[in-house]
Amino acid sequence: MIAFVIRRLVQGVLVMLVVGFIAFSLFNFVGDPVSLMLPPEATQADRQAMRENLGLDRPFYVQFTTFVANAVQGNFGISLRLGRPVSALLVERMPATLELAFIAASLALVVGIPLGVYTGLHRNSWLSRLFLAGSLIGVSLPTFLIGIFLILIFAVWLGVLPSFGRGDTVMVGAWSTGFLTTSGLRALILPSITLGLFQLTLIMRLVRSEMLEVLRTDYIKFARARGLTSRAVNFGHALKNTLVPVITITGLQLGSIIAFAIITETVFQWPGMGLLFIQAVQFADIPVMAAYLCLIGFIFVVINLVVDMLYYLVDPRLRIDRSAAGGH
Amino acid sequence: MDALRRFMDGDIFYSFRRSPLTIVAAVVTVVCVFSAVFAGWVAPHNPFDLKTLNLLDAFTPPAWTDRGNPNFLLGTDDQGRDVLSAIMYGSRVSLMVGFFAVMLAMVVGIALGLVSGYVGGKVDAFIMRVADVQLSFPAILIALLIDGVARVALPKDSHDTLALYVLVLAIAASGWVQYARTVRGSTLVERNKEYVQAARVIGRHPVAIMFSHVLPNVLGPVLVLATLHIATAIITEATLSFLGVGVPPTQPSLGTLIRIGNDFLFSGEWWITVFPGAWLVIMVLAMNLLGDWLRDALNPKLR
Repeated sequence: MIAFVIRRLVQGVLVMLVVGFIAFSLFNFVGDPVSLMLPPEATQADRQAMRENLGLDRPFYVQFTTFVANAVQGNFGISLRLGRPVSALLVERMPATLELAFIAASLALVVGIPLGVYTGLHRNSWLSRLFLAGSLIGVSLPTFLIGIFLILIFAVWLGVLPSFGRGDTVMVGAWSTGFLTTSGLRALILPSITLGLFQLTLIMRLVRSEMLEVLRTDYIKFARARGLTSRAVNFGHALKNTLVPVITITGLQLGSIIAFAIITETVFQWPGMGLLFIQAVQFADIPVMAAYLCLIGFIFVVINLVVDMLYYLVDPRLRIDRSAAGGH
Repeated sequence: MDALRRFMDGDIFYSFRRSPLTIVAAVVTVVCVFSAVFAGWVAPHNPFDLKTLNLLDAFTPPAWTDRGNPNFLLGTDDQGRDVLSAIMYGSRVSLMVGFFAVMLAMVVGIALGLVSGYVGGKVDAFIMRVADVQLSFPAILIALLIDGVARVALPKDSHDTLALYVLVLAIAASGWVQYARTVRGSTLVERNKEYVQAARVIGRHPVAIMFSHVLPNVLGPVLVLATLHIATAIITEATLSFLGVGVPPTQPSLGTLIRIGNDFLFSGEWWITVFPGAWLVIMVLAMNLLGDWLRDALNPKLR
């Protein structure tokens, strides 16, 4: 177990170093940071001073080490577009993205699992066919179109829900939350549906196929033969055994929810990290891009690590395979 | 002629005829591709010919509504461009980017997968580790990053001319992994078969064995993957263009059209967004259905 964790940790650190190197190259080789930061009328002496000040005259590996050391402390420099420290900007925007991602993931689970169970148990009913056809359309609809159509229907035509922004937020410590006001909650509805819909169809299809598989197994037949109620069989035995893959897939999808939040946040002008990143890409705001890259890389590495370890804990077969295989 | 008759009598065409949904999907796909490729002849107007544009025609609603003009079936946008013609020209850009991105991803993925599976050892471990790491990030994020980096790295005035190439590259780079994994899997099986051993015994070069002997035998599943990937690539292109980092506005794709129309959503001009959006969804849905059918039809286990 310990060897496995250490191996995964080393791999995670390596991935983070690669991501950090890409971010670092962005900083130093793409465009000259000195001319980006100084006004055009700066003299040669100013440039030289700035160069020494930033440590750009030092050898490459020293610069990279400094960059990593700064990055670990959360110091990514100053946004070229907004003129404020990047870390402060990210911390400020983080609650918006995390609240949206949390609601979207909960929605996907709370609606997706029951739909999956239903379509798995009643595989030939017309309602199941309807859900499955709907899920196919859900897969073919790009996220941004779902958002636009929802805005068109609920904000423009019916005029019942807000179409952009977070509504009123309340500061709880350093965390600005939209959960505590009605307008904040109303503003969450459309974006979270947009973000959660794809994951919802994914979870529904996953639970359905797992249910179909589990229901064929001997222990389910035995449970029925023992005369247990179908409620106990379906939910106590079958559903419980389908949840292991569901939990791991959901964990992995959490990262992609945060990535897809970029699109949802653009459509709804949601003031989160994704919107910050897209604006940074459009304005070539390199420090923000680099910091976002590192942050997303870090989130993905942590999620993968946790999911791997969960797998290891949950599935005893994996332990034997890994030690027998020796490597990977 | 003989080949055509054999195809018409074959299993694949039989399963095609038996599925009405697939026939509809095929017709829709053909119509979309045809109207895109021949947009210059089929489209009622040329949306890029500034001489024919008239600002007085701007914001004409679709023809069947009260203020509609039968000249503009699906209405016009803010500059008086015919929405239907813009869609046809736009889907040409979308299809082109999708097609070339898939081709590039396929070529790179197949080559790396073949090498990985045939050579094995450290090369294999390295390529597959890179693939694993990339697979743990969503494709759209990788395409977005490559596009963003290229935007910073390239000189500003060449952005518009290079945008299409960058886009193709970004989408291809986010999609090669699946081909590499599939090809590697089948190559591992193929390389132990007798015909490969025979080729090795008579002294053929490993590269020749890989590409002229193994490749034809691992190509089947890759082609199915590619048909499904085109739909995904089109969605990725549309998403990037919608986010404003895709194709330049001078050469709008479906995603760009949706982005432009999105600005007029609140002033009531819904048709500028809805029709390109609906066209995109229908096209992608039809391609997905066609790909699904092809996968099932070519899968010997399901026959």
